[in-house]
Amino acid sequence: MTSFLRDRNTPRLQRFAALLEPVDDAQLESLATESARITRRHFGNAIRLFAPLYLSNECINNCAYCGFSRDNPILRVTLEVDAVRREARHLVKEGFRNLLLVAGEHPKFVSNGYLESCVRALVPEIPSVSLEVAPMEVEDYARLSSAGAEGLVVYQETYDEDAYARFHTAGPKKDFAWRLACPERAYAGGFRRIGIGALFGLADWRSEATALGAHLNHLLRTCWRSQFTVSLPRLRPCAGSFAPDHALPDREFVQLICALRLCFPEVGIVLSTREPAPLRDALLPLGITMMSAGSHTEPGGYTGEGTAQLHLTVRGKPVAPAPDTLQKNARATEQFSIADDRSPSEVAQLLRSRGFDPVWKDWDRAILA
Amino acid sequence: MDGKPLLIAGRAFSSRLLLGTGKFSSPETMAEALQASGTEIVTVALRRADLSGKRDPFANILEFIDPKKYLLLPNTSGAMNAEEAVRLARLARSAGVSDWVKLEIHPDPRHLLPDPIETLKAAEILVKEGFIVLPYINADPVLAKRLEEVGTATVMPLGSPIGSNRGLETRAQLEIIIEQARVPVVVDAGIGAPSHAALAMEMGAAAVLVNTAIAIAPDPAGMGRAFRMAVEAGRMAHEIGMGAPLASATASPTSPLTGFLRSA
Repeated sequence: MTSFLRDRNTPRLQRFAALLEPVDDAQLESLATESARITRRHFGNAIRLFAPLYLSNECINNCAYCGFSRDNPILRVTLEVDAVRREARHLVKEGFRNLLLVAGEHPKFVSNGYLESCVRALVPEIPSVSLEVAPMEVEDYARLSSAGAEGLVVYQETYDEDAYARFHTAGPKKDFAWRLACPERAYAGGFRRIGIGALFGLADWRSEATALGAHLNHLLRTCWRSQFTVSLPRLRPCAGSFAPDHALPDREFVQLICALRLCFPEVGIVLSTREPAPLRDALLPLGITMMSAGSHTEPGGYTGEGTAQLHLTVRGKPVAPAPDTLQKNARATEQFSIADDRSPSEVAQLLRSRGFDPVWKDWDRAILA
Repeated sequence: MDGKPLLIAGRAFSSRLLLGTGKFSSPETMAEALQASGTEIVTVALRRADLSGKRDPFANILEFIDPKKYLLLPNTSGAMNAEEAVRLARLARSAGVSDWVKLEIHPDPRHLLPDPIETLKAAEILVKEGFIVLPYINADPVLAKRLEEVGTATVMPLGSPIGSNRGLETRAQLEIIIEQARVPVVVDAGIGAPSHAALAMEMGAAAVLVNTAIAIAPDPAGMGRAFRMAVEAGRMAHEIGMGAPLASATASPTSPLTGFLRSA
């Protein structure tokens, strides 16, 4: 079932592996030139903007690198549907017409019914709603896509099965194959945009990248009606103070973006606020097609919604926070700290000044209903 | 030049260059390029526009296209089947955008290649409902005739995949489509250089639609002018007559094949 990860005997994947070999400065520059050219031809000067909207930071998994891990003693909350709507309206005022709803894995707090209610609450007001939530069965995906969700994002985190087992120590997420088949189930469930990715820092970046390429190549064949995006998040500081032992330095990061673009010209590449502003600006022309801006990675982060329901968990068990633990203005704990804290309008302005058109809306739910 | 006007559904246009509105670096740049190109027909993806009538400042592309200067041709890009395309066309008409529609159905979101089956189905429905339908199709002569028979106003075959800038790679098929057509043939995609546009016009295409090559040029307005001239030059040459010269081969004094005509 995972054999496609090792089947790399195609011209596209062979070329991809070759482009990931060490290069000198002149070669890197020519890769970048070609990558920029191909990106403009396929995607023009448009950069799509989106914002993550965290619904919940409750989670029953332990993932060594994630701030939301079950055993982390952090402040948690699951936003009520009305609170989600208010967070969304705040983002709409800032310009966003494309929201990514994010939640940890918790069957009780983040049930499929809850997610469906959130989607149904938002689609009348938001042209494009996507989800980044725990893996599901096809029927559950079908319910969410029928409710109006258009995109689904799921990162494999690491394609190295040994590393995967080491970093995912508790919870349903331990099942590598179940997660790997997630994009295909989402496709069968009717999602039109599917995002995949690896979390760089957990294993050697080249082997991670080649496996990601093999996964993408497989998906392009099996899910021909879906539009794919790839994210290349690099680990950021979070609760639990995890230190990644495999770096993906900036130079190699650039090479990876260019190699992806050259071999997968039709695939979108997403750049989040995990990366600092100067680097984001420098990466703009190279192959990026979609960006988040002004992001918060905790539920209620945009408006302070949900603070009344905050609770502390210790080893996964909710405990009423002692008054001195819960300070005034306390917020739910974020998943990771962002590195580009410019506002959406500042990012849009920057895009314009560099000759890019910030595209807020490029989908209309009227197509579907 | 004052050649024959382009006639679509009884309406005359002096420009034979249609423009797309995606991929520009800003709406202002787009507006300048439209102006410079001399175009009179401009297509816009409905999914990028605000159809609610609330004048969304974050989705205001329609405000940069003056309806007095251009025929706004909404397109159904984003639709993956006939049902979705029909829904979008109806929505555009009820929002007062237009009853003209560029019918685009591409279930494959990567190469944006059109679905012939769904396109024919949608065209049939839309024509019956009184829409003026301009379908984007692969360069398939049989499909072109089938669409003409259901009453589309044009056919719009691709020269090569959208955004590829590879020119008229489907040339042999385009020639058949043009030769057989009783509606205007608008070559729609893959035109990456003014010379491609000129060639399409020389071949007898009624018009061409260009987007990427103008939108991503370092000077989109300048490139818009270049395409305008190429389309005019190609059209003029076509109207004058581009028949292939006869007897271009070296004359043979012995006439082995036709000498018998003179020996009798």
